[in-house]
Amino acid sequence: MADPLIELVDVSKSYYRDSLEIPVLQNISMTVPEGEFLALMGPSGSGKTTLLNLIAGIDRPTRGILRVAGTELGRLSESELARWRSRTIGFIFQFYNLLPVLTALENVELPLLLTPLSKKDRREHAAVALELVGLADRVDHYPKQLSGGQEQRVAIARAIVTDPTLLLADEPTGDLDRTSAEEIMNLLGRLNAEFRKTILIVTHDPRAAERARKVIHLDKGAFA
Amino acid sequence: MELFRLIFKNALRHPLRSVLTVLGIAIAISAFGLIRTVIGAWYSGVEASAPNRLITRNAVSLGFPLPISYREAIRGIPGVADVSYANWFGGIYIDEKHSQFPQFAVDPATWFELYPEFHLPPEQETAFKQQRNAAVVGRKLAERFNWKVGDTIQMRGMIFPGNWEFVIRGIYTGAQKSTDETQFHFHYQYLDEKLRQTEPWRAGNVGWYVVKVQDPKQAAEVADEIDRRFKNSLAETLTETEKAFILGFISMSETILVALRIISMVIIGVILLVLSNTMAMTARERLSEYAVLKTLGFGARHLVFLIVGESLLIALAGGVLGILITYPAAHGFERAMGDAMGAIFPAFDVAPVTQLICGLMAVGVGLAASLFPTWRAVQVRIVDGLRRVG
Ligand SMILES: Nc1ncnc2c1ncn2[C@@H]1O[C@H](COP(=O)(O)OP(=O)(O)OP(=O)(O)O)[C@@H](O)[C@H]1O
Ligand SMILES: [Mg+2]
Repeated sequence: MADPLIELVDVSKSYYRDSLEIPVLQNISMTVPEGEFLALMGPSGSGKTTLLNLIAGIDRPTRGILRVAGTELGRLSESELARWRSRTIGFIFQFYNLLPVLTALENVELPLLLTPLSKKDRREHAAVALELVGLADRVDHYPKQLSGGQEQRVAIARAIVTDPTLLLADEPTGDLDRTSAEEIMNLLGRLNAEFRKTILIVTHDPRAAERARKVIHLDKGAFA
Repeated sequence: MELFRLIFKNALRHPLRSVLTVLGIAIAISAFGLIRTVIGAWYSGVEASAPNRLITRNAVSLGFPLPISYREAIRGIPGVADVSYANWFGGIYIDEKHSQFPQFAVDPATWFELYPEFHLPPEQETAFKQQRNAAVVGRKLAERFNWKVGDTIQMRGMIFPGNWEFVIRGIYTGAQKSTDETQFHFHYQYLDEKLRQTEPWRAGNVGWYVVKVQDPKQAAEVADEIDRRFKNSLAETLTETEKAFILGFISMSETILVALRIISMVIIGVILLVLSNTMAMTARERLSEYAVLKTLGFGARHLVFLIVGESLLIALAGGVLGILITYPAAHGFERAMGDAMGAIFPAFDVAPVTQLICGLMAVGVGLAASLFPTWRAVQVRIVDGLRRVG
């Protein structure tokens, strides 16, 4: 069997408030094979976002080993981790988090500024990504001229434009109505099926979770 | 798109705030430039002073005269190339308000040789020397009163009572920008002859001597020698270089200059606060955006580029605008000062070095104001930055 894309070994994460330890994740171990479409569910405060952030390399565990896409994250410095993120991870936020001063196209182009691509190539890639999410006619719109569903699709385009190995989404439909949510899930499904992207989403929405191939539940910092 | 473009877009995100900040900086920079110009103008006389000229005056004070007989004695001192002399006239032209320009009774034969920076056409100099009540005036002064060569003007003496009539025989121009073009010169003999008739006990005296030394390096020794020569005489002398003499004048107003310098520093402090406030607000609002950029893989140097760049952009926009409005401001200042201007500031111009300093100030303020926001954006953890949205 090939190496799993994500491997967590006894990962724990605690926050500290006035030297008081608040354990959030406790001895989590899991593996996710390449090509998986996984939904992570669980009650509020159970540590879903925390776990996703660890896998995304934007936060570090208190204990344990994290191996993602063949790299042991604990061994990377902050700047190495940043470079690793830009190549490996596509992150989709609940509140889209587009830059309001940039057009849809510019927002999608943003991650490509970290690549050696030429200006022309960057624009082309961004345009292709926007086309893929069905927004070819909205390239010059600013985020506030778009609906929530459209904004999230721009965010997805931004996440996939660098062709990352792993797509991570924290409640990508959490702020959307049902139709838009369905569109987003369809899109993620396509990215998994057609483009072989490994996807991990956190969601409260059982309908959304249904679209995943596998659902795991987190409760009080441990898998249920 | 380039990251550079994001700087512009960010700077224009709150147009009103940015415009107000830019205007604030512009006004402050221009005030700073104006103050520096005033200080510079104050010292322009010092800059214009010649290293080979000494001023010999009465040791008691400038208000006490020296006998005209000293002239030959000074001329005989080794190292002295030439001697001239002058009296302060202090007359009223039209009225008090119009009279604030320096008037000197001078020795026509030697005066302009000692002041080669006063350019006077040779035929005008000849005409000046030939007529007892002739006068030579500076270009700016002539322009101010619309005097032409050949004009006759009247003055009322304050120190030397009576009505005095002069004929303008020459208009000089300055060799340099800092050369005083507001002076009024006429014959010492004209003054002295009249005194001999009206107040003979005051005749035969000069206000001060101007001494040209052969070698500026010997200025100190020659000055000492002159003063030694008149030690224990009826009127002891005090001789110093022209520069020291003028500085002595300025030092009377040193306190004002110090106050102006402090104000100019305060102004820089104020714009630093204004821009710092704008940048701090900006960075606080965008903390989540910086977290997103970091998530995408952008590093500290990108954030530094974005935030410092935006701060510099605003500061430089303000700085350039400020430098541009310094010119009309200086002009307005000059006009507001009106007639008094020429008397106080022989040369009033915004110097290139002032523009340079204004520009550097703007850059410095731009950098300083971005320090804290940059530090904040760089050090904030992604997860904490992102949390601010939800
Ligand atoms: N920076 C932090 N400092 C202190 N405690 C934190 C911090 N971040 C998260 N926590 C705590 O960790 C726990 C898990 O938070 P997390 O955001 O991972 O939950 P979640 O499962 O994503 O919840 P939700 O469904 O509401 O988004 C919570 O109790 C939260 O208060
Ligand atoms: Mg969460």
